[in-house]
Amino acid sequence: MKITVRVWRQANATAKGRMVSYEVPDVSEDMSFLEMLDVLNDRLTTQGEDPIAFDHDCREGICGSCGVVIDGKAHGPQQTTTCQLHMRSFSDGDVIDIEPWRAEAFPVLKDLIVDRSAFDRIIQAGGFISAPTGAAPDAHAAPIRKEDADDAFDAATCIGCGACVAACPNGSAMLFTSAKITHLGLLPQGQPERRSRVLSMVGQHDAEGFGNCTNIGECTAVCPKGIPLETISRLNRDLLGALVRGGDE
Amino acid sequence: MLTFVATMTLTAHQRAARSTVVLKVLMAVSGVIMILFLLAHMYGNLKAYAGAQAFNDYSHHLRTIGEPILPYGGALWVIRVVLVAAVLAHMFSAFRLWARSTRARGGVQRYHSPKAKRGVQRTYASFTLRWGGIVIILFVIFHLLQLTFGVVNPGGPADTPYGRLVAGFQVWWVVLAYTVALLAVGFHLRHGVWSALTTLGANASALARKRLNILAHVVTAIITIGFLSVPYSIVFGLVK
Repeated sequence: MKITVRVWRQANATAKGRMVSYEVPDVSEDMSFLEMLDVLNDRLTTQGEDPIAFDHDCREGICGSCGVVIDGKAHGPQQTTTCQLHMRSFSDGDVIDIEPWRAEAFPVLKDLIVDRSAFDRIIQAGGFISAPTGAAPDAHAAPIRKEDADDAFDAATCIGCGACVAACPNGSAMLFTSAKITHLGLLPQGQPERRSRVLSMVGQHDAEGFGNCTNIGECTAVCPKGIPLETISRLNRDLLGALVRGGDE
Repeated sequence: MLTFVATMTLTAHQRAARSTVVLKVLMAVSGVIMILFLLAHMYGNLKAYAGAQAFNDYSHHLRTIGEPILPYGGALWVIRVVLVAAVLAHMFSAFRLWARSTRARGGVQRYHSPKAKRGVQRTYASFTLRWGGIVIILFVIFHLLQLTFGVVNPGGPADTPYGRLVAGFQVWWVVLAYTVALLAVGFHLRHGVWSALTTLGANASALARKRLNILAHVVTAIITIGFLSVPYSIVFGLVK
C-alpha cells in the first residue's frame, strides 16, 4: 500500500520545527509502524537527507521508549505502544500525521524525540524502600490480599512511555505518578515510606511543570497498559492522608 | 524552571500542600457546597406550584431560621457568607489550574493534526467545563440583580418575591438567558459531580466509577429539570 506521512521535523531543541510530507510507496500491512519509519529513513539516508529521529528500543511493547502522536492520538488508533501498532490499522492512500509528545515538561530534543527525564526525577523523588532485600522470599512469606496483589501488579505494568501526558488536555502526569504510588502503596514492602513517598512525588510532579488532573480519562484511553483512572483517586486519598498525618519518621 | 528553583527551599510536606491536588480538593469541596445550595434553592423554587402565598411565606420563613438565637435573616447571612467564600475558592482554584494546564500542555495550539481535536473519549461536558463556568458566573450576577436585589426589572417592578418571579419570566429573553444558564449548569454538573467526588478519592474501583457517573447524571437531571420547570410553567400559564 501507498501512504503519505506528515512528520514533525525539528533539527534540535532550540530550532523551530514544522510538518513535512513524505510519500511512502512500498508499505506492507504487516509492517509495524516503526518499520514503516525505518523504510522511510532508509530512503531518506540514501538520498542524503537527515533521517527522522524517533525513540525506540525493545519493539516488544514493554520498554516504553517509543511513542509518538499519530493522527492526534498518543500511540495512534490502537490502544498499544507505537511499536506494536501495525500498518494494517491504516488504508492505502492514507495521510498520517506524526508528531512528538507535547508538554511543557517534555521538551522536544529532535524531530519526534522528547526529553522524558522529568519522569525519572519523579521516580527519584519517591526514594527507596527500607524493606530488607536479599534472596527471593518464599511465595507466601508475606500474606497479601489477591485483590491488592492484582491491583499492584496492574499498576506496576506502567512502562513510563508518557502517552498519558501527551493525551491529557492539561499535560498532567497524574496517571504515571499514581501508578507508581499504587504499585508500592498496596504492598507491605511499600508501607514504611508510604506517606513520605506520595508527598515527595506529587511535589516533584508539580515542580516539573506538569498540569493538574481534571478526571477526564483521556490518559487511560491511550495507556498501552490500561492503567485505570482509579489509581489517581487512590493517589488523592494517599496524599490527603499524608498531608493530615505528616510524612513518615 | 523558575518554579522549580522557587520550590526547592520548601519541605516535601509544604510542596505537597501547595500542589495541584490540594487546589483540586479546594475546588471539589467548594463545588459540593454549591451543589447542596442548589438543591435547597431548587426545593424553594418548587413552592411556586403551591401558589403566591406559600412562595412568599417560604421566602419570609427563610429569614426566621434559627430565631431567636440568630437575628432575623441571620441564618441567611451565614449561608451567603459561606456561598460567597465557596464561589471565590472555586474560581480561585479554577483560574490557577486553567492557567497552569494551558502552560503544561504546551500552549493552546498543541497538535497540528486536525483529526482528533476533541481527544479520544472525553465527554462534551468536560470539554465545555471552563467556558460553561464563565457563563454561569455571568448569569449569577444577572440573577442576583434581577431577583434578589430587584435592581434589574425586565418584567416591571414587583413588591413580593412571587411577583418578581412571575413578572420576570413573562419576558422572552429572560427565559432564554435562564435556559442557557441552566444548560451550562447541567453540563458543569455532569462532569463536576463526578470529578469532585473522584478528586476526593471516591473512585475506588470500576464499579465505583460506574456509580459515580450514574450519580452525576441523576444530580444533573434533578437540578436542571427542577430549576427549568418553574419558568416554563410560567411561560405556559400553569403558574400565574
